[in-house]
Amino acid sequence: MAEQGSGLTRRGFLKVSAAAGGALLVGFYIPGCGRRTANAAGHAPDSEPASDPAAFAPNAWVRIDPQNNVTVMVASSEMGQGVMTSIPMLLAEELDADWSRVRAEFAPVAKAYTNPIIGQQLTGGSTAVRGFWKPVREAGAAAREMLVAAAASTWGVPASSCRTRDSQVIHGESGKKLSYGDLAAKAAKEKVPDSVFLKEPSEFRLIGTPARRLDVPAKTNGSAVFGQDVQLQGLLVASVERCPVFGGKLKRFDASKAKAVKGVKDVFAIDSGVAVVADGFWPALQGRKALKVEWDEGPHRNLSSADIRKQFEQAVDKGVKARREGDPESALKKAAKTVEAVYEVPYLAHACMEPMNCTAHVRSDGCEIWVPTQAQTGTQQTAMHITGLPAEKIQVHTTFLGGGFGRRSERDFVADAVQISKHLGKPVKVLWTREDDTRHDFYRPAAYGRLQAALDDSGAPVAWIHRIASPSIMSRVAPGRVNNGIDNTSVEGAKNLPYAIANLEVTYAMVNPGVPVGFWRSVGSSQNAFITECFLDELAAAGGRDPYQLRRDLLRGHPRHRGVLELAAEKAGWDTPAPKGRHRGIAVAQSFASYAAQVAEVSVDQGKVQVHRVVCAIDCGTVVNPDTVKAQMESAIVYGLTAALMGEITIENGRVKQSNFTDYPMLRMEQMPEVEVYIVPSDAHPGGVGEPGTPPIAPAVANAVFAATGKPVRRLPIELES
Amino acid sequence: MISLVVNGQRHDVDVDPDTPLLWVLRDNLGLTGTKYGCGIALCGSCTVHLDGEPARSCVTPVSQVGDRKVTTIEGLAGASADPLQRAWIDEQVPQCGFCQSGQIMAAAALLARNTTPDDKDIDGAMSGIICRCGTYQRIRAAIKRASDIKAKEVSHG
Repeated sequence: MAEQGSGLTRRGFLKVSAAAGGALLVGFYIPGCGRRTANAAGHAPDSEPASDPAAFAPNAWVRIDPQNNVTVMVASSEMGQGVMTSIPMLLAEELDADWSRVRAEFAPVAKAYTNPIIGQQLTGGSTAVRGFWKPVREAGAAAREMLVAAAASTWGVPASSCRTRDSQVIHGESGKKLSYGDLAAKAAKEKVPDSVFLKEPSEFRLIGTPARRLDVPAKTNGSAVFGQDVQLQGLLVASVERCPVFGGKLKRFDASKAKAVKGVKDVFAIDSGVAVVADGFWPALQGRKALKVEWDEGPHRNLSSADIRKQFEQAVDKGVKARREGDPESALKKAAKTVEAVYEVPYLAHACMEPMNCTAHVRSDGCEIWVPTQAQTGTQQTAMHITGLPAEKIQVHTTFLGGGFGRRSERDFVADAVQISKHLGKPVKVLWTREDDTRHDFYRPAAYGRLQAALDDSGAPVAWIHRIASPSIMSRVAPGRVNNGIDNTSVEGAKNLPYAIANLEVTYAMVNPGVPVGFWRSVGSSQNAFITECFLDELAAAGGRDPYQLRRDLLRGHPRHRGVLELAAEKAGWDTPAPKGRHRGIAVAQSFASYAAQVAEVSVDQGKVQVHRVVCAIDCGTVVNPDTVKAQMESAIVYGLTAALMGEITIENGRVKQSNFTDYPMLRMEQMPEVEVYIVPSDAHPGGVGEPGTPPIAPAVANAVFAATGKPVRRLPIELES
Repeated sequence: MISLVVNGQRHDVDVDPDTPLLWVLRDNLGLTGTKYGCGIALCGSCTVHLDGEPARSCVTPVSQVGDRKVTTIEGLAGASADPLQRAWIDEQVPQCGFCQSGQIMAAAALLARNTTPDDKDIDGAMSGIICRCGTYQRIRAAIKRASDIKAKEVSHG
């Protein structure tokens, strides 16, 4: 029995269309509809297909024009993760569209595009495919059904005698064919189905294939438009001088020299600092350098990383319980052997390749924003707050994102642009420098963990206590989601420890020292997988057990964890000796509804760690595009490896010490390990793909270093005593 | 006025002579394929060619370009561009895509002086260009593929 689409009633369609502001069927139009389209062949964007009165647009997701092009609206932001291809694949599958005629367009901000998992139009938490898995396929199936009805009535045959393939309706007996383009105008008049049937997985022709990404051609010839590339008539460019100390405020400034710089148009204060507006970025920056600014540095002016560490130390044993099973204290007292360790990880910047930016044009009657954002709803809300305009007067054009990683779910750069444009009444692009980007991030929280465990005579862990002290992201972003002092993003990856250990406690002490924190690829699991997976290797060593076999034993009852663990170990040749001079480490982690295990092959030479090979196994449920899954594992590994080997933001005098790639370095080509990715076949509901590859890499590498040196790695980035 | 030749076209621009070439390309000439990533020649997103040699446009004052011909990603064409862009598509290299103009410009310069680069040559030519999405492995494969495509084209005359 095929899956019955439940969410797609006629009423649902009406609601969707009304929310998007268009008539129901013919001439469906979304105000401010992005025109940036891409397709597999790299064709130039069509001109205004949305306004074509002959186009068939039965819902907010798809439009078919008489030329037989299928345009899919993508509500999620394309930041490299391939969503501009995977979402159209879902729709094209159920529509039976000719993939070579499918193009994608970024959706405007509208309620119809709310991600069902998040409740906002926001791309984060690896939710795009798993959130839109059903509604987008239903939209494709509904459109298909209407096209079939149009063909059947044209031919005077029952709809059940027709089938569809490659954007054509085919009559089974006569072999007559009509293309979707030919049928578009007629289909637009058909009744929107109350409900639809979805394909069985065995019927998939596109889902599960390595279809080529729609955005790649434009990303090889310079034509892809990122936020920093937005160009408008009369566009001004602004650079903002911010207080270097977190929480500081502007006291006064002298702009006389800045205003004398050729090209500088205006200088004025906004909430985040002093804005220098010019006719180009370079004069804006020169003007900014000529500013004299006095700051009230506020309460954090003496804050340092050492202070923050002290705050963690003092708080760590006073946390609230996030999970408790059995009686770990007594188990520790009675144990044959106990192990204790303190683990620490630093704050991390996101370092998107494209520094933060936003372009806005505020007029009295409306506001238009062009921005590389993960958060369309949030962007609209920020603009409403600043301009006082209602939602329908604020248009958000999402550009390509030069990296996101969670940073672009924030709205600080949006507020800059909207405030400056509102002040001037002109279109303005705000562009951050790399230094601004490094020093004014919402950082991956630093974390401090005190761990204790007990082993029985056989070397098996029987008690586990993990006490966490770290800042809370949710206490700023969504305070209502902090329950009884627990921010789930601070304990994820620790609270859900999958190992069969009878006595277990995880506690959390919230410490917010004043450094802004935010979502960073894989969030809490980025630090907690490192801490728990490395501590488990310490237990294996203490109990004389093989780290892989110990995990395997303790993962009884967790078949998907075990599945990826076994696959990674097998492909890495865990049971054979590592190549000469190399050592292996293994780690497994579940995050964002997916499971990943990695084996790292590492050498340590004269205090230097080199990662030669990483074998990754991933179980992300049903796979939409296996090449995208592989690419995301490669990407997540590099992101996590960069942090593990060299990522550290330190605080001195209330400010970030690092500034650019000089002191906040990135992994480069010459340091790139060979990465192999293996996908566990699965028909489970799709899991996340963008983030789950990051958590296991730091512990896999650290455990390999432990194997090489005999000394556990308890702090990131990995530094060896010489 | 400063005069320069970009992608075969002469332009006269009225800017401070210290202005980096990057900002003249982006803000004055509207050639936005060349990206700003760091401003201090550390990430390579701004890589262009000056007389065929890779250069960091973010630290090249426009007044020092002189008679050298500037080529940007938009102007990279013909024999050097086609195999590279085809290889980049075949290997599905880009993710976010922001650094890829710089990667392709650096790769084009490499292949122009070394038609069959090995891993070491590739590391040497490409390690200056940062990719946060981690496409390095695919870039390596794409450069080798482009080299093969070029070799076949040559052998087929």
